[in-house]
This record gives sequence, structure tokens and C-alpha cells, in this order.
Amino acid sequence: MTATLNDPGVKVPGRRPLRRGPVSGVWRPRNVAVIVGGLVVLVLALALNIGRGEFPISIPEVLAVLVGGGDAGQQFIVLELRLPRSLTGLLVGGALAVSGAIMQSIARNPLASPDIIGITWGASAAAVTLIVLGGSGLVGSLAAVGLPIAALVGGLGTAVLVYVLAWRKGIQGFRLVLVGIGINAMLTALVHWLLIIAQVYEAARAQVWLNGSLNARSWEHVVPVGIALAVLVPAALVLSFVMGALQYGDDTAKGLGVRVNTARSLLLLVGVGLAAVATAGAGPIVFVALVAPQIAQRLVGSSRPPIGASMVIGAALTVISDVIARTAFGAVELPVGVVTAVLGAPYLLYLLIRQGREARA
Amino acid sequence: MTTRSDTQTTAAPEGQAGRVRLAAEGVRLGYGDRTIVDDLDLEIVHGTITTVIGPNGCGKSTLLRALSRLLAPSRGQVLLDGRRIDRMPTKEVATVLGLLPQAPTAPEGLTVGDLVARGRHPHQAWYRQWSGDDEEAVAEALAWTGIADLAERPVDELSGGQRQRAWISMALAQGTELLLLDEPTTFLDLAHQVEVLELVTRLNTERGRTVVMVLHDLNLAARYADRLVAMKDGVIRAQGTPAEVITEPLLREVFGLDARVVPDPVAGTPMVVPIGTHRDR
Repeated sequence: MTATLNDPGVKVPGRRPLRRGPVSGVWRPRNVAVIVGGLVVLVLALALNIGRGEFPISIPEVLAVLVGGGDAGQQFIVLELRLPRSLTGLLVGGALAVSGAIMQSIARNPLASPDIIGITWGASAAAVTLIVLGGSGLVGSLAAVGLPIAALVGGLGTAVLVYVLAWRKGIQGFRLVLVGIGINAMLTALVHWLLIIAQVYEAARAQVWLNGSLNARSWEHVVPVGIALAVLVPAALVLSFVMGALQYGDDTAKGLGVRVNTARSLLLLVGVGLAAVATAGAGPIVFVALVAPQIAQRLVGSSRPPIGASMVIGAALTVISDVIARTAFGAVELPVGVVTAVLGAPYLLYLLIRQGREARA
Repeated sequence: MTTRSDTQTTAAPEGQAGRVRLAAEGVRLGYGDRTIVDDLDLEIVHGTITTVIGPNGCGKSTLLRALSRLLAPSRGQVLLDGRRIDRMPTKEVATVLGLLPQAPTAPEGLTVGDLVARGRHPHQAWYRQWSGDDEEAVAEALAWTGIADLAERPVDELSGGQRQRAWISMALAQGTELLLLDEPTTFLDLAHQVEVLELVTRLNTERGRTVVMVLHDLNLAARYADRLVAMKDGVIRAQGTPAEVITEPLLREVFGLDARVVPDPVAGTPMVVPIGTHRDR
């Protein structure tokens, strides 16, 4: 096939081609604008977050350090002490948002994000079990290493459970959401029970983790989340091609040659993997996975949550929430999950009310 | 550029006429334990419009689902060009056989252009989502169905007739020689029903598409089909030309309907006039 770069005409209105060699796609300027704009906001929020603290550093100075400038003291504070925390927030937020975008797309329902249908709490329940039963001694330290794995297993297990229970000759979005909300409630109860039977020290440790905290995050937290994202996000981008066809209902998708169940299972695996890795990294930071893809979809004006824009907006949202969590209440630092919950809950209510109206209409 | 897009498959090449494209052989169909169709045989001949009729629940949509590989027979087989359809890669099937489900749903906010472009999915890969061929085929399909000027409008803002034309345009862009339509005229008023069926007829005569569809309206079915297949209780009771199938005894037997059959004053095809009670004013 020859590249048609010399063909200037747009034959289908609204679908300007973008082609180079065998690669082709549709040029969507709004999508690119949202990603670029989101990146600018993200970098500024990151610099602001890093600059705040006992030794304030101005945003230009932070940016200078990030590109290799600044004095030794600033370099130490920025790169060793503060950057890992913000970077964890950025990566976790991005991972949650991509996870939300995938799950909302395959269920064709904005409520089907991992924090609503129990995936995040499944990961949390497994992690808390490990914290509580692992104790605080040597075993506990060893258990901490296994925390991400436990979270991953918990998240995947919950996803399989929800999927199987919601299955009735295929997956229908609203049933998946209802089953997920039920499972979520059970997992919440399980976590609370674990907190009650736990020793005070472990309970406190679990509680901090459960609020979704970026406190004391270092490079050892950044690396695993970063690696997981480096693998799973490209997978999501490749699979998003099939996601477009899955949007139409199973019969149409099959008619278009999509192996619906295989495609959906793979997408679910990637989505749950991202949510579980994020939860393992920073605890259950709620509502980012729900809200970010929806904001991205509205900004881009697309018919489904766009992966790239969702990721940037989820990252920015989490870093901004962390800025608020750290500075809004003076000396008291809130866990970032509290801020995202306060910001996200009204939006959840809005979605529930709107869907309720649609269901009745 | 002289790309000949594959929507341009015109009338059947010589030697294709009379060839069986799609066949059901002794199929048993159902959902779970419930058998709806048992031991059914059917052949779809190249270049024809075959319409399946029958009362509600007779298994006509179930049969269409089996022919389009959405439902696997628990016994027997469905053959596409002589090969077992369930053993062919689903993507390969999608380049030969297109389908339009009953009352299909599009995502909210999707534009007509994007909907029709989705028909190109079987010809694409994740890195190749809008090739020159894709663009040609979609532009052509939009123009041919008369909705090119609606390309940037959201599908959910269209009227019922326009929306159905958009879906047919998507099936056209898919470029398949066979097209299966499940009640393409549902929810449309009579004018738009005729409009859609005229479009289907043109797909057949101008584009050489082999069409299988399920229709409710007997008069329209008789008007727009080469072959009719009348089903009742999962069994084919009659098949043949409309004149052979639409008879007074068959209407009584299959539909439980007392009716007169008279020639359609426009086309001469059989026309069903129910007897029932009538009101003299």
C-alpha cells in the first residue's frame, strides 16, 4: 500500500488522515490539544508540589533542577526527597485513569470504573490482610515486599468474581456495575473487620495505607509502578483499536470480526493490572479512575474515554490533589485519597442521578 | 490514484450465478436447553435477496443469528462458500459477510462519519486505522447512501430513517459480498421502510450484494425479495418466489391469518389483504 501524503483532500468530513508508510490514523486535533494542555498543567502542578515544603523552592528553580540545573542542595531536596513522592502520584494517577478508561469502555458504562466495582478494594483487602496478619517484625517487613503482589492478586481475583457473577449470556454494563457495588460493600466490610481484629500498630499502618497516601514515597515505590505502566499502557493503546469496535454492542462487534470475549478478557486484564499496581503503590486513591476518563472524554468530545488524554488528566488530577492535601490545612497533611474523594464524590452523585433518570426514561 | 475500493464489487461475475454462498445443514439452534430450530436446511444463492418471514417466535431471527455465526448450532453446520463458518477466523468471515443486528446501538456522541468508518474494522490493524482504501470506501459508502452531508453529525441526533441509512452505509463500507439484516425496518414509518428497502434492493442490483433479511411486513417482503422463506415453530413451511409462498392456505397455516391474496397493483407481486371484520361507514 502506498502512502497518500500527496493526496490533500479530506474525503470524509471530520476524519483528516494522518499517514506515514504503513501507519495510518485519523488526525484528531482536540485530542492532541487536550493532551498537550494536560501535560503543561501536570508539569506545573508537579513543580508546585515539589517546591512546597520546609525549604520552599520556586517553580522556575524546580524546573531548572528537573532539567539538570540548580545547586547541590536543591538537587538533593528535589531529586531525592520530593520528586519520588510526586512522581508516584503522577504514575499512580495515570495508571488509575487508564484503568478507568478501559473498564468504562468495555462495560459501556462510566460507573464501571475499578474503584466503584470493587477492584481497588479487592486489592486493598488483600494488602490489608497481609499488613494485619504479617505483623510488624521481620515477617512484617518481608510481607511489605509482597504487598504489591498481594494487591495484584486481590484485584484480579475480585475482577474475576465480579465478571463471573455479572455474566449472563454476555456482559451488560449496568449489571456489572450493580454486582460490583455489592462486592465492593462486602470487601469494605472485610477490611473493617480486619482493622478491628488487628493490633493497634498494624491497624494504624493499614489505615494510613487505606486512605491512599503518597507520604514517604521513594524511588523504590516509583520504579515498580513505572515498569508496570511501561508495559501495560502500550498494551492498552494497542488494544484500544479493538475497544472502538467493542463499543457497539456484542453482535455488531462480532460482525466486524472482533473476538469479543477474548478481546474483552485481555482488556479487563490490562485494566485490572493497572488498577492493582496503582493501589499497591499508593493505596486505594479513590475516584481518579472514575472521574479522569470522563473529564477527558468531555474535553476531547469523543464517544468513549480516550486513553492518552485520560492518562494525562488522571496524573494531573492526582498531583493537584496532593498539593491540596499537603497545603490546605497548614501543618496537617491529609492523605491524597481524602482529597480525591472530596473532589470525586459529588461527581459520582451526579452520574448516579443522571443514570437513574435515564433508566427511568 | 486509481485505488479500486472493495465496496465497488459490482454485479456477479459470470459463473457465480446459482452458486450457493451460505448454507445451513441440519442445524439445531436454541438457547440453553430450549431448542428453537431443529434439523433445518437452507441454501442462500449468490446475487439474490432472500427474506425470512414468519410469526413472532418462529425462529427467524435465531436462524439469521446462526447464519451470521452469532449463534453456534448444537447440531449440524453452517457453511460459508463451502467452508464451516465456525472454523474460519472471525476476521476473515467479516470480510465476506456483514451483518446489521436488529436495533443496533451506537455509542453516545458518535458521528456518522466515525460510525461508517467503523465498518472498515476487519480491514484494519491497530497501527493502520485510516488507510487510503478505508477513506475511499467510507466516502463512497456515505455518498451512495445519501448521507455524506451528515458525516459530522452525531448519530443519536438523526431521524430513524437517517440512522438506518447510516448503519447500512457502515455495512456497505465493510465491503462484504453477503449482507444479513435482522428486521432493518423496525421502528420506521412506512415511507422510511420503503426507503430502506429500496436501498437494500440497490445494494443487490447495483452492487451485487447477496442479501438475507428478516422482515415482518408481508407485502413489503413479497415486493422486495427474490426468494421468501416462511417459518413456523422453527420449521421452514415453504420457500420459493413470493408468488409461490404467499398463498391463502399458507397464510392460514403459518400465520393463522384469514386473508385474500391479490396482485399488488404496482408491482404485480402478491399482496395480502386480511379479512377480519371491517367497518362500513
